[in-house]
Amino acid sequence: MNNATLHKKTLSVSAIENGTVIDHIPPGQATRIIQLLSLAEKKYSVMVGMNLKSTHKKRKDLIKIEKHLLADQDVDRITAFAPSATINLIKDFQVVKKISAHLPDSIAAVFVCPNAMCITQNEPINTLFYLTDEGKKITLRCHFCEKQFDRDDVELRYRYADI
Amino acid sequence: MNVNHFYGQDLISTRALNRDQVEAILQTAKTYKEGTAQCQLTDKIIATCFFEPSTRTRLSFEAAAMRLGANVIGFSDAQNLSIQKGESLSDTMRMLEGYADLIVLRHPNEGAATLAADCVNIPVINAGDGANQHPSQALTDFFTIAECQDKLDGLNIALCGDLKHARAMHSFLDLCALYDVRLYLIAPPALTLPETLCDTLKKRGVRFSFHQQLSEVMDHIDILYMTRIQRERIAAEAQGVANIVLQADLLKKVKPNFKILHPLPRQQELPAAFDDSPYAYWFQQANNGLYVRQALLSLILNEALYE
Repeated sequence: MNNATLHKKTLSVSAIENGTVIDHIPPGQATRIIQLLSLAEKKYSVMVGMNLKSTHKKRKDLIKIEKHLLADQDVDRITAFAPSATINLIKDFQVVKKISAHLPDSIAAVFVCPNAMCITQNEPINTLFYLTDEGKKITLRCHFCEKQFDRDDVELRYRYADI
Repeated sequence: MNVNHFYGQDLISTRALNRDQVEAILQTAKTYKEGTAQCQLTDKIIATCFFEPSTRTRLSFEAAAMRLGANVIGFSDAQNLSIQKGESLSDTMRMLEGYADLIVLRHPNEGAATLAADCVNIPVINAGDGANQHPSQALTDFFTIAECQDKLDGLNIALCGDLKHARAMHSFLDLCALYDVRLYLIAPPALTLPETLCDTLKKRGVRFSFHQQLSEVMDHIDILYMTRIQRERIAAEAQGVANIVLQADLLKKVKPNFKILHPLPRQQELPAAFDDSPYAYWFQQANNGLYVRQALLSLILNEALYE
Protein backbone atom coordinates (compact mmCIF):
# COMPACT_ATOMS: atom_id res chain seq x y z
CA MET A 1 0.00 0.00 0.00
CA ASN A 2 1.61 3.31 -1.04
CA ASN A 3 1.28 6.58 0.89
CA ALA A 4 -1.42 8.03 -1.35
CA THR A 5 -3.59 5.00 -0.89
CA LEU A 6 -2.99 5.00 2.84
CA HIS A 7 -3.92 8.70 3.06
CA LYS A 8 -7.11 8.15 1.06
CA LYS A 9 -8.06 5.20 3.24
CA THR A 10 -7.43 7.21 6.41
CA LEU A 11 -9.58 10.07 5.13
CA SER A 12 -12.45 7.77 4.22
CA VAL A 13 -12.62 6.61 7.83
CA SER A 14 -11.72 9.69 9.79
CA ALA A 15 -13.23 12.56 7.84
CA ILE A 16 -16.29 13.34 5.76
CA GLU A 17 -16.56 15.97 3.08
CA ASN A 18 -20.11 17.07 3.87
CA GLY A 19 -22.50 15.96 6.60
CA THR A 20 -22.78 15.68 10.37
CA VAL A 21 -20.35 14.46 13.01
CA ILE A 22 -21.69 13.47 16.43
CA ASP A 23 -18.68 13.35 18.73
CA HIS A 24 -18.06 12.66 22.42
CA ILE A 25 -20.88 10.17 22.69
CA PRO A 26 -20.65 8.16 25.93
CA PRO A 27 -19.28 4.66 25.20
CA GLY A 28 -22.00 2.22 24.26
CA GLN A 29 -24.57 4.83 23.25
CA ALA A 30 -23.67 5.06 19.53
CA THR A 31 -25.75 2.04 18.60
CA ARG A 32 -28.78 3.47 20.40
CA ILE A 33 -28.40 6.77 18.56
CA ILE A 34 -28.17 4.89 15.25
CA GLN A 35 -31.40 3.13 16.21
CA LEU A 36 -32.98 6.37 17.33
CA LEU A 37 -32.23 8.12 14.03
CA SER A 38 -33.01 4.96 12.01
CA LEU A 39 -29.66 5.47 10.27
CA ALA A 40 -29.32 1.80 9.35
CA GLU A 41 -32.49 2.02 7.26
CA LYS A 42 -31.50 5.12 5.33
CA LYS A 43 -29.20 5.59 2.39
CA TYR A 44 -26.64 7.85 3.99
CA SER A 45 -23.09 6.60 4.44
CA VAL A 46 -22.60 6.25 8.19
CA MET A 47 -19.31 5.66 9.97
CA VAL A 48 -19.27 4.57 13.57
CA GLY A 49 -16.39 4.56 16.01
CA MET A 50 -16.83 2.82 19.32
CA ASN A 51 -14.68 2.97 22.43
CA LEU A 52 -12.28 5.42 20.78
CA LYS A 53 -9.63 7.15 22.83
CA SER A 54 -10.50 10.79 23.35
CA THR A 55 -8.12 13.61 24.14
CA HIS A 56 -9.10 13.35 27.80
CA LYS A 57 -7.93 9.71 27.76
CA LYS A 58 -11.52 8.63 28.26
CA ARG A 59 -13.35 6.41 25.85
CA LYS A 60 -16.02 7.75 23.55
CA ASP A 61 -18.23 6.77 20.62
CA LEU A 62 -18.42 8.73 17.39
CA ILE A 63 -20.87 8.81 14.47
CA LYS A 64 -20.29 10.44 11.10
CA ILE A 65 -23.17 10.80 8.66
CA GLU A 66 -22.23 11.70 5.12
CA LYS A 67 -24.34 14.14 3.07
CA HIS A 68 -26.98 14.55 5.74
CA LEU A 69 -27.65 17.38 8.19
CA LEU A 70 -29.57 16.51 11.32
CA ALA A 71 -32.85 18.24 12.04
CA ASP A 72 -33.14 20.18 15.33
CA GLN A 73 -35.60 17.63 16.63
CA ASP A 74 -33.09 14.83 16.05
CA VAL A 75 -30.35 16.84 17.73
CA ASP A 76 -32.43 17.28 20.87
CA ARG A 77 -33.36 13.60 20.91
CA ILE A 78 -29.68 12.67 20.83
CA THR A 79 -29.14 14.48 24.12
CA ALA A 80 -31.26 11.83 25.84
CA PHE A 81 -28.40 9.42 25.15
CA ALA A 82 -25.44 11.76 24.96
CA PRO A 83 -25.98 15.00 26.87
CA SER A 84 -22.35 16.06 26.42
CA ALA A 85 -22.10 15.17 22.71
CA THR A 86 -20.83 17.77 20.30
CA ILE A 87 -22.60 17.90 16.96
CA ASN A 88 -20.75 19.52 14.06
CA LEU A 89 -21.93 20.27 10.55
CA ILE A 90 -19.21 19.65 7.99
CA LYS A 91 -18.74 21.30 4.61
CA ASP A 92 -15.67 20.72 2.43
CA PHE A 93 -14.05 18.82 5.30
CA GLN A 94 -14.38 21.90 7.56
CA VAL A 95 -16.62 22.42 10.60
CA VAL A 96 -19.00 25.16 9.50
CA LYS A 97 -21.37 25.03 12.46
CA LYS A 98 -21.38 23.63 15.98
CA ILE A 99 -24.84 22.72 17.14
CA SER A 100 -25.64 22.89 20.81
CA ALA A 101 -28.14 20.30 21.89
CA HIS A 102 -30.70 20.81 24.63
CA LEU A 103 -32.32 18.06 26.59
CA PRO A 104 -35.97 18.22 25.52
CA ASP A 105 -38.66 18.37 28.19
CA SER A 106 -40.39 15.40 26.62
CA ILE A 107 -39.93 12.78 23.92
CA ALA A 108 -42.86 11.17 22.11
CA ALA A 109 -42.96 7.92 20.17
CA VAL A 110 -39.31 7.01 20.76
CA PHE A 111 -39.15 4.80 23.85
CA VAL A 112 -41.04 1.76 25.08
CA CYS A 113 -42.30 2.00 28.64
CA PRO A 114 -40.57 -0.80 30.60
CA ASN A 115 -43.62 -1.13 32.88
CA ALA A 116 -45.44 -4.24 31.62
CA MET A 117 -48.69 -2.96 33.14
CA CYS A 118 -48.51 0.44 31.44
CA ILE A 119 -51.49 1.18 29.20
CA THR A 120 -49.06 1.90 26.35
CA GLN A 121 -48.27 -1.84 26.27
CA ASN A 122 -51.88 -2.66 25.36
CA GLU A 123 -53.22 0.28 23.36
CA PRO A 124 -52.15 1.47 19.91
CA ILE A 125 -50.80 4.78 21.16
CA ASN A 126 -47.51 6.60 21.13
CA THR A 127 -45.51 6.72 24.32
CA LEU A 128 -44.56 10.02 25.91
CA PHE A 129 -41.78 10.51 28.44
CA TYR A 130 -40.74 13.56 30.47
CA LEU A 131 -36.97 13.88 30.78
CA THR A 132 -34.99 15.16 33.72
CA ASP A 133 -31.23 15.69 33.83
CA GLU A 134 -30.19 14.75 37.35
CA GLY A 135 -26.50 15.47 36.88
CA LYS A 136 -24.94 12.04 36.50
CA LYS A 137 -28.05 10.42 35.07
CA ILE A 138 -31.04 11.19 32.93
CA THR A 139 -34.39 9.93 34.14
CA LEU A 140 -37.56 9.46 32.16
CA ARG A 141 -41.07 9.58 33.61
CA CYS A 142 -43.89 7.97 31.66
CA HIS A 143 -46.75 10.39 30.92
CA PHE A 144 -49.23 7.54 31.32
CA CYS A 145 -48.21 5.24 34.19
CA GLU A 146 -46.15 7.97 35.95
CA LYS A 147 -43.32 5.53 36.64
CA GLN A 148 -39.78 6.86 36.54
CA PHE A 149 -36.89 5.06 34.88
CA ASP A 150 -33.19 5.43 34.35
CA ARG A 151 -32.49 6.21 30.70
CA ASP A 152 -30.46 3.03 30.23
CA ASP A 153 -33.42 0.90 31.31
CA VAL A 154 -35.69 2.24 28.56
CA GLU A 155 -35.65 0.60 25.14
CA LEU A 156 -36.33 2.29 21.83
CA ARG A 157 -39.69 1.77 20.21
CA TYR A 158 -40.60 1.14 16.60
CA ARG A 159 -44.27 0.22 16.79
CA TYR A 160 -46.71 3.03 16.03
CA ALA A 161 -43.84 5.45 15.50
CA ASP A 162 -45.61 7.01 12.54
CA ILE A 163 -48.93 7.63 14.30
CA MET B 1 -66.77 34.40 44.82
CA ASN B 2 -63.80 32.05 44.88
CA VAL B 3 -62.82 30.44 41.61
CA ASN B 4 -63.51 26.73 41.35
CA HIS B 5 -60.32 25.36 39.82
CA PHE B 6 -61.81 21.87 39.58
CA TYR B 7 -64.60 22.84 37.19
CA GLY B 8 -64.32 20.81 34.01
CA GLN B 9 -61.00 19.32 35.11
CA ASP B 10 -59.86 15.70 35.34
CA LEU B 11 -58.74 14.05 38.55
CA ILE B 12 -56.10 11.55 37.49
CA SER B 13 -53.40 11.71 40.13
CA THR B 14 -52.91 13.26 43.56
CA ARG B 15 -49.47 14.31 42.31
CA ALA B 16 -51.15 17.22 40.53
CA LEU B 17 -52.94 18.58 43.61
CA ASN B 18 -51.70 21.37 45.85
CA ARG B 19 -52.63 21.90 49.48
CA ASP B 20 -55.28 24.55 48.77
CA GLN B 21 -57.00 22.22 46.34
CA VAL B 22 -56.97 19.34 48.81
CA GLU B 23 -58.41 21.62 51.50
CA ALA B 24 -61.16 22.75 49.09
CA ILE B 25 -62.16 19.15 48.39
CA LEU B 26 -62.12 18.16 52.08
CA GLN B 27 -64.09 21.26 53.06
CA THR B 28 -66.69 20.57 50.37
CA ALA B 29 -66.92 16.93 51.49
CA LYS B 30 -67.54 18.14 55.03
CA THR B 31 -70.54 20.18 53.87
CA TYR B 32 -71.99 17.03 52.32
CA LYS B 33 -71.44 15.05 55.49
CA GLU B 34 -73.04 17.80 57.57
CA GLY B 35 -75.95 18.05 55.13
CA THR B 36 -75.43 21.72 54.36
CA ALA B 37 -74.38 21.43 50.70
CA GLN B 38 -76.85 22.65 48.09
CA CYS B 39 -75.40 21.36 44.83
CA GLN B 40 -77.60 19.33 42.49
CA LEU B 41 -76.56 17.58 39.28
CA THR B 42 -80.07 16.74 38.03
CA ASP B 43 -79.25 17.30 34.36
CA LYS B 44 -76.00 15.32 34.38
CA ILE B 45 -75.10 11.77 33.39
CA ILE B 46 -72.15 10.06 35.08
CA ALA B 47 -70.55 7.07 33.33
CA THR B 48 -68.94 4.62 35.76
CA CYS B 49 -66.64 2.36 33.74
CA PHE B 50 -65.11 -0.40 35.82
CA PHE B 51 -62.86 -2.77 33.89
CA GLU B 52 -61.75 -4.24 37.22
CA PRO B 53 -63.77 -5.46 40.21
CA SER B 54 -64.83 -2.86 42.76
CA THR B 55 -67.31 -2.66 45.62
CA ARG B 56 -66.84 0.55 47.61
CA THR B 57 -65.42 2.79 44.90
CA ARG B 58 -68.04 2.01 42.25
CA LEU B 59 -71.00 1.95 44.62
CA SER B 60 -69.95 5.10 46.44
CA PHE B 61 -69.41 6.97 43.17
CA GLU B 62 -72.83 5.80 41.95
CA ALA B 63 -74.48 6.60 45.29
CA ALA B 64 -72.79 10.01 45.28
CA ALA B 65 -74.06 10.73 41.76
CA MET B 66 -77.58 9.59 42.63
CA ARG B 67 -77.66 11.60 45.86
CA LEU B 68 -76.75 14.63 43.76
CA GLY B 69 -79.64 13.86 41.41
CA ALA B 70 -77.48 12.73 38.49
CA ASN B 71 -78.19 9.71 36.33
CA VAL B 72 -75.68 6.89 36.13
CA ILE B 73 -74.73 4.67 33.22
CA GLY B 74 -71.84 2.25 33.02
CA PHE B 75 -70.62 -1.24 33.66
CA SER B 76 -69.00 -3.16 36.46
CA ASP B 77 -66.90 -5.57 34.42
CA ALA B 78 -65.55 -5.77 30.90
CA GLN B 79 -66.91 -9.23 30.10
CA ASN B 80 -69.92 -8.10 28.04
CA LEU B 81 -68.32 -5.15 26.30
CA SER B 82 -66.95 -4.62 22.83
CA ILE B 83 -63.52 -4.69 24.50
CA GLN B 84 -63.96 -8.45 24.13
CA LYS B 85 -64.25 -7.87 20.37
CA GLY B 86 -60.98 -6.01 20.38
CA GLU B 87 -62.26 -2.47 20.85
CA SER B 88 -59.58 -0.16 22.24
CA LEU B 89 -59.97 1.80 25.44
CA SER B 90 -59.57 5.01 23.43
CA ASP B 91 -62.54 4.12 21.21
CA THR B 92 -64.67 3.13 24.20
CA MET B 93 -63.91 6.44 25.91
CA ARG B 94 -64.60 8.49 22.76
CA MET B 95 -67.95 6.75 22.40
CA LEU B 96 -68.85 7.46 26.04
CA GLU B 97 -67.94 11.11 25.59
CA GLY B 98 -71.09 11.44 23.50
CA TYR B 99 -73.29 9.86 26.16
CA ALA B 100 -72.11 11.24 29.49
CA ASP B 101 -70.93 14.43 31.21
CA LEU B 102 -68.18 12.78 33.26
CA ILE B 103 -66.37 9.44 33.20
CA VAL B 104 -65.29 7.54 36.32
CA LEU B 105 -62.77 4.96 35.17
CA ARG B 106 -61.16 1.96 36.82
CA HIS B 107 -58.78 -0.11 34.70
CA PRO B 108 -56.11 -2.74 35.38
CA ASN B 109 -53.51 -0.93 33.28
CA GLU B 110 -51.49 1.91 34.75
CA GLY B 111 -52.01 5.15 32.88
CA ALA B 112 -55.44 4.17 31.54
CA ALA B 113 -57.09 7.21 33.11
CA THR B 114 -54.46 9.52 31.60
CA LEU B 115 -55.11 8.00 28.19
CA ALA B 116 -58.87 8.46 28.66
CA ALA B 117 -58.41 12.07 29.73
CA ASP B 118 -56.15 12.72 26.74
CA CYS B 119 -58.71 11.50 24.23
CA VAL B 120 -62.02 12.97 25.51
CA ASN B 121 -63.20 16.49 26.25
CA ILE B 122 -65.32 15.64 29.27
CA PRO B 123 -63.78 15.28 32.77
CA VAL B 124 -62.32 11.93 33.79
CA ILE B 125 -61.92 10.76 37.39
CA ASN B 126 -59.39 8.01 37.95
CA ALA B 127 -61.01 5.38 40.17
CA GLY B 128 -57.86 3.25 40.17
CA ASP B 129 -55.40 2.43 37.38
CA GLY B 130 -53.46 -0.75 38.10
CA ALA B 131 -51.00 -0.19 40.93
CA ASN B 132 -50.55 3.47 40.05
CA GLN B 133 -53.09 5.87 41.54
CA HIS B 134 -56.43 5.99 43.32
CA PRO B 135 -56.88 9.68 44.14
CA SER B 136 -60.46 9.62 45.44
CA GLN B 137 -59.47 6.94 47.98
CA ALA B 138 -56.49 8.98 49.21
CA LEU B 139 -58.71 12.05 49.56
CA THR B 140 -61.18 9.92 51.50
CA ASP B 141 -58.33 8.79 53.74
CA PHE B 142 -57.22 12.35 54.40
CA PHE B 143 -60.81 13.46 55.05
CA THR B 144 -61.11 10.61 57.56
CA ILE B 145 -57.82 11.44 59.27
CA ALA B 146 -58.79 15.11 59.55
CA GLU B 147 -62.13 14.01 61.01
CA CYS B 148 -60.75 11.68 63.67
CA GLN B 149 -57.62 13.68 64.54
CA ASP B 150 -59.01 17.18 64.03
CA LYS B 151 -55.83 18.10 62.13
CA LEU B 152 -53.58 16.92 59.32
CA ASP B 153 -50.25 18.48 60.30
CA GLY B 154 -47.99 17.11 63.01
CA LEU B 155 -49.22 13.52 62.80
CA ASN B 156 -47.25 10.27 62.99
CA ILE B 157 -48.70 7.86 60.45
CA ALA B 158 -47.73 4.20 59.99
CA LEU B 159 -48.40 2.54 56.64
CA CYS B 160 -48.49 -1.23 56.90
CA GLY B 161 -48.95 -4.01 54.34
CA ASP B 162 -48.43 -4.14 50.58
CA LEU B 163 -46.73 -0.80 49.98
CA LYS B 164 -45.50 -1.88 46.55
CA HIS B 165 -48.82 -2.48 44.80
CA ALA B 166 -51.40 -0.53 46.81
CA ARG B 167 -52.40 2.30 44.48
CA ALA B 168 -54.35 4.05 47.24
CA MET B 169 -51.11 4.16 49.20
CA HIS B 170 -49.25 5.75 46.29
CA SER B 171 -51.87 8.48 46.03
CA PHE B 172 -51.79 8.83 49.81
CA LEU B 173 -48.04 9.47 49.75
CA ASP B 174 -48.49 12.35 47.30
CA LEU B 175 -50.87 13.99 49.75
CA CYS B 176 -48.51 13.36 52.66
CA ALA B 177 -45.96 15.53 50.86
CA LEU B 178 -48.35 18.48 51.23
CA TYR B 179 -48.53 18.19 55.03
CA ASP B 180 -46.17 17.98 57.99
CA VAL B 181 -46.48 14.26 58.67
CA ARG B 182 -43.94 11.65 59.79
CA LEU B 183 -44.29 8.27 58.09
CA TYR B 184 -43.38 4.81 59.37
CA LEU B 185 -43.33 2.19 56.62
CA ILE B 186 -43.90 -1.44 57.64
CA ALA B 187 -44.07 -4.10 54.93
CA PRO B 188 -42.90 -7.62 54.12
CA PRO B 189 -39.51 -7.22 52.35
CA ALA B 190 -40.93 -8.28 48.96
CA LEU B 191 -43.70 -5.69 49.18
CA THR B 192 -41.89 -2.63 50.44
CA LEU B 193 -42.21 0.81 48.92
CA PRO B 194 -40.54 1.03 45.47
CA GLU B 195 -37.24 2.90 45.39
CA THR B 196 -38.52 5.52 42.96
CA LEU B 197 -41.33 6.43 45.36
CA CYS B 198 -38.83 6.63 48.23
CA ASP B 199 -36.75 9.02 46.12
CA THR B 200 -39.83 11.11 45.45
CA LEU B 201 -40.65 11.28 49.16
CA LYS B 202 -37.08 12.39 49.91
CA LYS B 203 -37.18 15.06 47.23
CA ARG B 204 -40.48 16.37 48.56
CA GLY B 205 -39.14 16.54 52.11
CA VAL B 206 -41.29 13.83 53.69
CA ARG B 207 -39.70 12.21 56.77
CA PHE B 208 -40.00 8.43 56.77
CA SER B 209 -38.35 5.28 58.10
CA PHE B 210 -38.65 1.55 57.47
CA HIS B 211 -39.61 -0.95 60.16
CA GLN B 212 -40.02 -4.70 60.33
CA GLN B 213 -42.57 -4.95 63.12
CA LEU B 214 -45.64 -2.96 64.13
CA SER B 215 -44.45 -3.17 67.75
CA GLU B 216 -41.59 -0.79 66.88
CA VAL B 217 -43.95 2.12 66.24
CA MET B 218 -47.28 1.50 67.97
CA ASP B 219 -46.69 3.67 71.05
CA HIS B 220 -46.03 6.89 69.14
CA ILE B 221 -48.25 6.82 66.06
CA ASP B 222 -51.58 8.60 65.64
CA ILE B 223 -52.77 6.62 62.62
CA LEU B 224 -52.15 3.03 61.54
CA TYR B 225 -53.14 2.59 57.90
CA MET B 226 -53.24 -1.11 56.99
CA THR B 227 -53.63 -2.62 53.52
CA ARG B 228 -54.16 -6.11 52.19
CA ILE B 229 -51.65 -7.88 49.94
CA GLN B 230 -52.75 -7.25 46.35
CA ARG B 231 -52.30 -10.85 45.21
CA GLU B 232 -53.85 -10.13 41.83
CA ARG B 233 -50.89 -7.86 41.02
CA ILE B 234 -47.90 -9.58 42.57
CA ALA B 235 -45.45 -11.89 40.88
CA ALA B 236 -45.86 -15.66 41.26
CA GLU B 237 -42.67 -15.98 43.33
CA ALA B 238 -44.07 -13.54 45.92
CA GLN B 239 -47.50 -15.16 46.20
CA GLY B 240 -46.51 -16.98 49.38
CA VAL B 241 -45.60 -13.77 51.24
CA ALA B 242 -47.51 -13.37 54.49
CA ASN B 243 -48.88 -9.98 55.49
CA ILE B 244 -48.28 -8.33 58.84
CA VAL B 245 -51.27 -9.04 61.10
CA LEU B 246 -52.72 -6.77 63.78
CA GLN B 247 -52.51 -8.44 67.21
CA ALA B 248 -54.46 -7.43 70.32
CA ASP B 249 -51.36 -6.94 72.47
CA LEU B 250 -50.14 -4.27 70.05
CA LEU B 251 -53.01 -2.02 71.16
CA LYS B 252 -52.02 -1.91 74.83
CA LYS B 253 -49.71 1.11 74.63
CA VAL B 254 -51.26 3.22 71.89
CA LYS B 255 -51.97 6.95 72.19
CA PRO B 256 -55.51 7.98 73.26
CA ASN B 257 -56.20 9.54 69.86
CA PHE B 258 -54.92 6.48 67.96
CA LYS B 259 -57.08 5.20 65.08
CA ILE B 260 -56.76 2.38 62.55
CA LEU B 261 -57.70 2.83 58.88
CA HIS B 262 -58.02 0.26 56.11
CA PRO B 263 -59.27 0.96 52.56
CA LEU B 264 -60.98 -2.48 52.46
CA PRO B 265 -61.43 -5.18 51.33
CA ARG B 266 -59.41 -6.76 54.10
CA GLN B 267 -57.89 -10.18 54.50
CA GLN B 268 -56.24 -11.73 57.54
CA GLU B 269 -54.19 -8.61 58.35
CA LEU B 270 -57.14 -6.94 60.12
CA PRO B 271 -59.29 -9.53 61.93
CA ALA B 272 -63.01 -8.77 62.35
CA ALA B 273 -62.50 -9.20 66.10
CA PHE B 274 -61.24 -5.60 66.13
CA ASP B 275 -64.40 -4.14 64.57
CA ASP B 276 -65.69 -3.01 67.97
CA SER B 277 -62.35 -1.64 69.11
CA PRO B 278 -62.35 2.07 70.07
CA TYR B 279 -59.49 2.40 67.62
CA ALA B 280 -61.40 0.98 64.65
CA TYR B 281 -62.23 3.61 62.03
CA TRP B 282 -62.31 1.70 58.76
CA PHE B 283 -66.09 1.62 58.30
CA GLN B 284 -66.31 5.37 58.94
CA GLN B 285 -63.53 5.67 56.35
CA ALA B 286 -65.58 3.68 53.81
CA ASN B 287 -68.65 5.79 54.59
CA ASN B 288 -66.66 8.99 54.09
CA GLY B 289 -65.93 7.88 50.54
CA LEU B 290 -69.48 8.87 49.67
CA TYR B 291 -69.05 12.48 50.83
CA VAL B 292 -65.65 12.91 49.21
CA ARG B 293 -66.99 11.58 45.92
CA GLN B 294 -70.03 13.86 46.17
CA ALA B 295 -67.59 16.72 46.64
CA LEU B 296 -65.51 15.69 43.63
CA LEU B 297 -68.51 15.30 41.31
CA SER B 298 -70.03 18.61 42.40
CA LEU B 299 -66.76 20.55 42.17
CA ILE B 300 -65.95 19.17 38.73
CA LEU B 301 -69.43 19.60 37.26
CA ASN B 302 -70.42 22.92 38.86
CA GLU B 303 -68.61 26.15 38.12
CA ALA B 304 -69.75 27.79 41.36
CA LEU B 305 -68.08 26.74 44.61
CA TYR B 306 -70.42 25.52 47.31
CA GLU B 307 -69.21 26.47 50.75
